[in-house]
Amino acid sequence: MTPRVTNHIAEILLSIENVSLSFGGVKAVAAVSFDIRKGEICAIIGPNGAGKTSMLNIINGFYHPQQGRITFKGVTRSKMRAYQAAAGGIARTFQNVALFRGMTVLDNIMAGRTLHMRRGFFLQLLRFGPAQTEEIAHRHRVEEIIDLLRIQSIRKTIVGQLPYGLQKRVELARALAMEPDLLLLDEPMAGMNVEEKEDMSRYILDVNRHQNMTIALIEHDMGVVMDLSDRVVVLDHGIKIAEGTPQEIKTNQAVINAYLGVAH
Amino acid sequence: MSISAAARSDTFPKLLAHHARVRGGRPAFRHKDLGIWQVWTWAQTHEEIRAFASGLSQLGIVCGDTVAIVGSNRPRLYWSITAAQMLGAIPVPVYADAVADEVAHVLVDAEVKLAVAQDQEQVDKIQSIAGRIPRLTKILYDEARGLRDYDHSHLHAIDDIIREGRDALGRDAQFASWLDREIEAGEGAAPSIILYTSGTTGRSKGVVLTGRGSIAAATDSVAFDRLGEADEAFAYLPMAWVGDHFLNYAKSMVAGFCVSCPESADTAMADMREIGPTYFFAPPRVLEQMLTRVLIRMEDASALKRGLFHYFLGLARRHGEKLLNGDKVSLTGRALYFVGRVLVYGPLMNALGFSRVRVALTAGEAIGGELFSFYRSLGLNLKQFYGQTEAFLCLTAQADGEVFPDTVGRVMPNVDLRIADDGEVQFKSPGMFVNYFRDPTRTSASMTADGYVKTGDAGFFDPKSGQLKIIDRVSDVGRLTDGTLFAPKYLENKLKFFPNIREVVAFGNGRDFVTVMLNIDLAAVGDWAERHNIAYASYQELAAHPEVYDLVARHVADVNRALADDGMMAQIRRFLILHKELDADDGEVTRTQKVRRPIVAERYASLINALYDGSHAADIATEVTFEDGRKGVLSARINIRDMEAAVPSAGPAHVAPARGAAERAA
Repeated sequence: MTPRVTNHIAEILLSIENVSLSFGGVKAVAAVSFDIRKGEICAIIGPNGAGKTSMLNIINGFYHPQQGRITFKGVTRSKMRAYQAAAGGIARTFQNVALFRGMTVLDNIMAGRTLHMRRGFFLQLLRFGPAQTEEIAHRHRVEEIIDLLRIQSIRKTIVGQLPYGLQKRVELARALAMEPDLLLLDEPMAGMNVEEKEDMSRYILDVNRHQNMTIALIEHDMGVVMDLSDRVVVLDHGIKIAEGTPQEIKTNQAVINAYLGVAH
Repeated sequence: MSISAAARSDTFPKLLAHHARVRGGRPAFRHKDLGIWQVWTWAQTHEEIRAFASGLSQLGIVCGDTVAIVGSNRPRLYWSITAAQMLGAIPVPVYADAVADEVAHVLVDAEVKLAVAQDQEQVDKIQSIAGRIPRLTKILYDEARGLRDYDHSHLHAIDDIIREGRDALGRDAQFASWLDREIEAGEGAAPSIILYTSGTTGRSKGVVLTGRGSIAAATDSVAFDRLGEADEAFAYLPMAWVGDHFLNYAKSMVAGFCVSCPESADTAMADMREIGPTYFFAPPRVLEQMLTRVLIRMEDASALKRGLFHYFLGLARRHGEKLLNGDKVSLTGRALYFVGRVLVYGPLMNALGFSRVRVALTAGEAIGGELFSFYRSLGLNLKQFYGQTEAFLCLTAQADGEVFPDTVGRVMPNVDLRIADDGEVQFKSPGMFVNYFRDPTRTSASMTADGYVKTGDAGFFDPKSGQLKIIDRVSDVGRLTDGTLFAPKYLENKLKFFPNIREVVAFGNGRDFVTVMLNIDLAAVGDWAERHNIAYASYQELAAHPEVYDLVARHVADVNRALADDGMMAQIRRFLILHKELDADDGEVTRTQKVRRPIVAERYASLINALYDGSHAADIATEVTFEDGRKGVLSARINIRDMEAAVPSAGPAHVAPARGAAERAA
């Protein structure tokens, strides 16, 4: 395989400038700035409580930062609702799987297509004419994702009956179904065994390469982070302490201190 | 009729052209892709394969070259077989799940020039061994996924090759007519395919078959099962296995029926249900897995459903097989069975994908009587046959109304089958192999002086049914001191078909009588013990319980009766139940649960002595290895039970021994 060339002057998709967020007296994120470039896999790492998930929540509009600016696809804003973020092309998965447990895998992934559906509620209810044509087109897209993630055998299975590793994969599938410009993955490998992690890494790379999808992910498994990501952002106590290629981060003294602690 | 027309063709490419002419509009292949069944008609298939052959020719494949095919059941992989055959090249299907080393053995042995792989996994595998295969120049693949960044100087997508082949045919009329002449001139007596044996008995051998022979064997079998173009088959078994190649490829090419390929191995059973094949083949282990899945799911069903299921299953056991065989059944029985069909059997068969099955076949290993009867009592016309790769499968087969669990049928038309003096089954058949590929030594070793093929299986013709019974490998068959035949596996299988018995090791070669050591099945006997108020704390305690000995003694007596009916077999005179289960960790069985006789004989030498010196109990201390690697010693005093010899019954033959398993509930 040829090594991938990361273009460091690639177009910036998302730019975080000086963003701060606090809950009461707790500063979750303090004056953090970094960019996510088009087509890259950017990992956000840090010890527990570093503010990683808060950062994702800020990016997809679930939390509103008290300070700072966020520029996504060239549009700058300080406040955005979650549904606006979704419509604008940001999709995410959650640390704890958040699927519709009583629905089939297929229905869950189809739900990811909702924002792309143009036909009215009643027409969809009747599955008539243009609504039917539209549903077939969406189903085709969903089937491509099912094929990409190799979940054909559980297509009609109720999500609640699936093991955890597969639920994670279904959640990724649903996020992909949105065809987002930016995919946020919150600990995609948490609670998985080595084999499942290898599979998941493979799928994340497939998605990144074949669909040229920009991905920001939070992950604790350093092996996975170093193998997958093009760039790594390190947070500690809400502050960005380092940013760079996996090689640079591995040798960064501030990062080593944050993870291992330092003698005072 | 089409079959006779087909029989005049002596190569598969000629058959394909025949079907494209006669039934061009009928489906030939189906494959589920992106959740939707894609269909190719015979005319389309012919066009695609002809273009594929043209593309292969452009890649430099010529008559006599060998082409490996590595992957699971996919239309394009089946097409690559015929495409190679059009050029006179010889396809060599390889087991997709084989590790790189095994694949390397086959590819080197067959000297392949080109490999057709299903996907990235197989491409990786072949590339990792490419250095060892000097003649290999090109690799083709079906699924492009993950291969985008690969070096494509020797790697091509099948679709590209087909497209380029089609362009070449359109561009160059001379080339097109040359290809058609090649197909027409295909020689029926030339090698058509090489199928590698699975290699359970040593290094795998390449069995060379001709087109004429393959088609003749398939034609006989198609006529026997009355298959036609309207039948539906489902391809889910390994393409490299003779079972799939014979039953799906060769027979569909003869009869003109459609073969459906599943979306993936994981979805095969669900896909089969959607297709509803009319003609189905499964080795016993697949049938067993399906049954287990049903039983487990029934345990989770509501009490009402569970009650209905068990009631009607009992009813089916009493009447189902008789109805299938056309025997007499009382009016009440018939009426109740009809109700059962509406409430239970029909929905169950539908869930298994068997609703439309007209002919179901099983072979490959001995099948348990209870398992066999279960499917037949539901109304599935399950039958057995016997064959091997060297014969291109069918040597004997069961006809409708002549079906028994412990026989493999009468000799097929045109097959010449005999039992040698040492009990070995030997044959001459239309589909007989030419030789083992470039291995004259083993080829001549497998033939008798007068041209019969030695199967290596010992068997005999059952005097009552006139059908063949296979008892064991010839090399394992021995004799008692009085000369009576002793076939350990035959006898062990009979016992193992009882759910209560897990493992059996029989002794007798060179002895005065036959004895067995066995393991009970902890789950099954534990369940039985619970319902009979027998308390136990461990396997050892349960195994030593006198009532468990009584239970097992009844099973042994059943087997002895069956052996007495066979007439020529030694019966079991003494048995004991081992205090521990034979375990792979202790090296007593292989990881695939096959008993290692020499090791067992060594570890339990004191018990074996006791079995033959007339004592009624023996002490044993065995070293056991725990799962964490620690070792301990397990000692026990084990009882030995004597058995009476049974006399042949005058009643109806072929009471499947395993039906006595009703005793579990008794």
